[in-house]
Amino acid sequence: MRFGVIVFPGSNCDHDAFYALSHNLGQEAEFVWHDSTSLGNLDAVILPGGFSYGDYLRCGAIAKFSPVMQAVKKFAGDGGLVLGVCNGFQILVEAGLLPGALVRNAGLKFVCRELRLRTETTDSPFTCALQKGRVLRVPIAHGEGCYVADERTLDELESEDRVAFRYLDNPNGSQRDIAGILSRERNVMGLMPHPERASDPLMGSADGLGIFQSMLQAVPAVRR
Amino acid sequence: MTTAAITPEIVQQHQLTPEEYQKIVDILGREPSYTELGIFSVMWSEHCSYKSSRLHLKKLPTRGKLVVQGPGENAGIIDIGGGYVIAFKIESHNHPSFIEPFQGAATGVGGILRDIFTMGARPIAVLDSLRFGRPDGKETGARNRRILSGVVGGIAHYGNCFGVPTVGGECIFESCYDGNPLVNVFALGVCKKEDVFYARAAGVGNPVIYVGARTGRDGIHGASMASAEFTEESKQKRPNVQVGDPFMEKLLLEACLEAMQTGAIVGIQDMGAAGLTCSTCEMGSRGEVGIEIELDRVPQRETGMTPYEIMLSESQERMLLVADKGREEEVFRVFRKWGLEAVEIGVVTGDGKLRVRQHGAVVAEIPNRELADEAPLYDRPHTAPPEVSKAPEMPDGVTVQEALPALLAAPDICSKRWIWEQYDFQVRTNTLAGPERADAAILRIKETGSSVAMSLDGNGRYSYLSPREGAKLAVAECCRNLSVVGAEPVAATNCLNFGNPERPEIMAQLVEAIEGMGEACRFFGTPITGGNVSLYNETLGEGIYPTPVMGIVGLMKTAEPVTIPFKRAGRSVVLLGGVGNCGQERFGCTQYAKEIAHSLWGLPPELDMEREKRLQAAVREIVAGGLAESAHDVSDGGLAVALAECSFGASGIGAQIDLASDLRPEILCFHEGPSRVLLSTADAKRVAEIAARHGVEAPVVGTTIEKGIEIRQRSMTLGSWEIAALKSIYDRSLEEQLSARKAHV
Repeated sequence: MRFGVIVFPGSNCDHDAFYALSHNLGQEAEFVWHDSTSLGNLDAVILPGGFSYGDYLRCGAIAKFSPVMQAVKKFAGDGGLVLGVCNGFQILVEAGLLPGALVRNAGLKFVCRELRLRTETTDSPFTCALQKGRVLRVPIAHGEGCYVADERTLDELESEDRVAFRYLDNPNGSQRDIAGILSRERNVMGLMPHPERASDPLMGSADGLGIFQSMLQAVPAVRR
Repeated sequence: MTTAAITPEIVQQHQLTPEEYQKIVDILGREPSYTELGIFSVMWSEHCSYKSSRLHLKKLPTRGKLVVQGPGENAGIIDIGGGYVIAFKIESHNHPSFIEPFQGAATGVGGILRDIFTMGARPIAVLDSLRFGRPDGKETGARNRRILSGVVGGIAHYGNCFGVPTVGGECIFESCYDGNPLVNVFALGVCKKEDVFYARAAGVGNPVIYVGARTGRDGIHGASMASAEFTEESKQKRPNVQVGDPFMEKLLLEACLEAMQTGAIVGIQDMGAAGLTCSTCEMGSRGEVGIEIELDRVPQRETGMTPYEIMLSESQERMLLVADKGREEEVFRVFRKWGLEAVEIGVVTGDGKLRVRQHGAVVAEIPNRELADEAPLYDRPHTAPPEVSKAPEMPDGVTVQEALPALLAAPDICSKRWIWEQYDFQVRTNTLAGPERADAAILRIKETGSSVAMSLDGNGRYSYLSPREGAKLAVAECCRNLSVVGAEPVAATNCLNFGNPERPEIMAQLVEAIEGMGEACRFFGTPITGGNVSLYNETLGEGIYPTPVMGIVGLMKTAEPVTIPFKRAGRSVVLLGGVGNCGQERFGCTQYAKEIAHSLWGLPPELDMEREKRLQAAVREIVAGGLAESAHDVSDGGLAVALAECSFGASGIGAQIDLASDLRPEILCFHEGPSRVLLSTADAKRVAEIAARHGVEAPVVGTTIEKGIEIRQRSMTLGSWEIAALKSIYDRSLEEQLSARKAHV
C-alpha cells in the first residue's frame, strides 16, 4: 500500500508519520510537497501534525489554500482515504472536509499527555481492524484541540455513527468528548491524538498502529 | 570613511574602559568611527569575549577520544559511532527572560537551536534548567509566578512549533533569583559524521550570503549601550528583547539542512548575539580570511537604518553562509523553495579584514583576528567566596511523619508536570524517557540503533556553601543520573551563572567552581565541549547563588528504559551505596534545612569521587544487565523523598524499609549525601554480587508493597503513609502554588 504524507511549511510530524508507516507498518510512504497539484498514484493520504504556516491567523486557516489541498479534496471526493492528525485535523476542518471547529483548549494551555481513547465505531476504513469499545493509549500534543460544533451537527455525527473516537479523560473540553470524527462518506477522518507516536512499543504504546492497520485492511475494498 | 569625534563619554557608554579604547586605536592605527566603536564594543563585551572567564576556562578538560569538536565552534561534537555524531550545547538567556519572560525564553530556545543546526545537525532534543524566585514570596511571589508562566510559555511556544521535543531539565526556586531568574537551555542534534559544517569562511572570491529573516532595529542594546549617534537617529526606544518566530526558524532549519546537501556551502554561522558583526568577523577569523559586505544589500524591514544599527541588530532567525563561487544558484534554489530570502551581500577577501560598506563607501574596516580573538583578557582579582554561617539551626519537634509531606509539597521537589505538559516532549518519536520518567532523559537515535541519555544538574545552595564542591557535585549527579538509566557518560557542556566578576568574592566563586568542575570532569571522563558564561546576574548589588549548571550526555543501547517507579510488590529494595553518613554541618544545604528549618548553613554533602565512580559503574552494570525493575538516585530531599518518588508510579506500589543506622531520624531520612541509588529487583543476590565486585555497599533495606510507604529505623517506625495521599500532594503542589494564589493578587 502506498501512503502520501503531505508536507506543509511548518509540518513537524511528517517524519514521524513517514517512519510509522514505512518502519512500523512496513508499507510504502512518500512525502508530498504542499505546492503539488496532483497526488499521483497514492492509496491514502496523511495530513500530519505540526504548525502549518506557523498556524498564524488560525490553525489550518492558511494551509487550506495550499495548492495540494485542491488535490486532496479531489482525492477525497473520489473516495480516497484521507487521515488528518492534530494540525491535519484542523486543516481538514478549515478546508470543509469535516464539520465543526477546533478551538483553544479549555485549560488555555498546550497539553502533551498520553491518554485513553475509546473506539466508538468499527464501521470505517480507519477503525475496521479494531473492536468497538476498545480502549487505545495514544498521546495528544496540542493547544487548540477542543472540538466544537453546533448541536445539530453533533447530533448528526452521533446518529450517523461518525464519532470515531472519544476521550475517556477529556483533556481539552471537546464537546461530547470527541477526539476524532469521520466524513459523511466515512473515507476522511480527523483525529487530535497522534497514532504515529503510538506505533512502536518502545515509545510506550503501539495501540495507534491499529488505525494504520485498519487503513491497510480497508484499501483493497475502497480503491481496487 | 567619515570619522566623528569619539568622546570619553561615548566610550564609557559602550562599556569600554579607556585602556580598551586605546587598544582599539592601536589596532586600527587611528580613531575608530562610531560604527567601528559599536562593533568593537559588542565583540569585546563580556557576553561575546569571555574576557573575565577565559583565563580560567582554559583549566577545563576539552579533549577525549570521542570529541570531534571542542569549544570554539557553535556547538561541541561527539562521535556516537555508526558513522553519526551528536552536536550539543547549553546557553543562558537570563537577562532577556527577566525583562520579557515569554520572548526572552523563546528566543533563548531559538538561539541554541540555530547553534545546533548551523553545524549541520538536526535538533532532536531540548532540556532546560530554570531558576526563579519563590512562587510564594510575600512581596515578590506574584512577579515570580508571572515570570515562570511567561518563561514556560515561551519555551513551549518556540520548541513546540519548531518541532523539537523538550524532554527534561530542572526547575528550582530560591529568593536569590527574585530579581534575576535563570533560563539555561540545552539542545542536542544529530547528523552524519561527514555532514558536519563549520563556521569558517574560505576561498577568496566566494560569495557571502545572508539568509532568513530581515534585519530590524530590535536587540541593538543586546550587547552594548546606545551611542549619542544611535539615540539621535532613532528616537523610539526599542525593547532590548527580540521577538522570536519559530515558524521562520523551522523553515530556516529545513532550508539550511537541504542547502548543505547540495555541497555548495563552504561555511555557515547563525547570527545570534552581536548579529551580523559576530558572524562576519568570526567566520573570517576562523578561516583566516577577510570578509567584505555591502549593507545596502542586507534585507531590512525598516528604512533609514544606520550602519551601526544594521551591524549590531540582533534580529532573530538569520544565518550567514559562504558558498562556492559559481554554485550560488544551487543554494538560492533551496531557499526559494522554502520561501526564504537569500541574498549575496559580500565576498570573501584575502586581506583578513572585516570591511563594511554602505552606498559603496567604507563605514568600517577592522582586522578580523584582532576583533574576534584578541579581545582584552582579564585576570580579575579573586579572594575567597563569602563566608556562610557554620552553626546548625535544627528545628525541634518536627517528625519524619510530618516532614515528608511538607517536603513533597516544596516547589523544588514536587512534580513539575504543570511545566512539562506544556512542552511537546514526544515529537520526532524518539523519546524513550521524557520528563520525570527516569533519572535522565533518553532519546533513541533511529539512524544508529543506539540511544543518547541527557541530564542537566546544578545546585545553587551547594555551590553557595562551597563553589568548588558544588560544581563537583553537579558533575557527579549528572553522571549518576546517566548511569542510573544505564548510560555511559561521555561528554559535557556547562553554563556558568554568576554575579559581578569585578567583585573579588564573586570572582572567587567563579574560579573555584571552574576548578572543581574541571577536576570532576577529568575524573569522570566527561570533557567539556562548549558552553556559556553568564555574569553580572545581580540586582541592586544582590548576587544570585553561584549556579554552575552541567549538561552531560551519555551513550547506551536502545532498550526499554529503566524508570523510577516500583513495578511489582514483593521485590527487594536495595539502597546501593548504603545509607551514608552526614553530620549537622553538612545537613544545612538540604531541602529539609530549606523547607523545614528555613535556613542554610555549613557545607554541601561530602563527595568521595572514587566511591561515586564505583557506584556508577555498579549501577550501570546492574541496569544494563536487566536486573533492576526500577532505579532512582537519592538527591534533593534525601532517601525518604526518593522512596516516595519511586512509589508514585501507575502501579501504586510502595515499599516498607528498615534502616540499620544510628543517625538522627531526620538526618537519616533527609540528608542528601551523594553516591546512593534506590532500586527494586527480583534478584537481590546478583545485584549484591555485582555491587561487591565494584566495592559498593548494597544493603537490602526492605520490600515493595501495595499502596503504602513505611520507613523504620532499627524496627521502630519513623513514618508510614498512604501513597495516594502523598502523591496527591506531590502532583498538585506546584499548580496550587501558581494558581490558587493568583486569585488574591
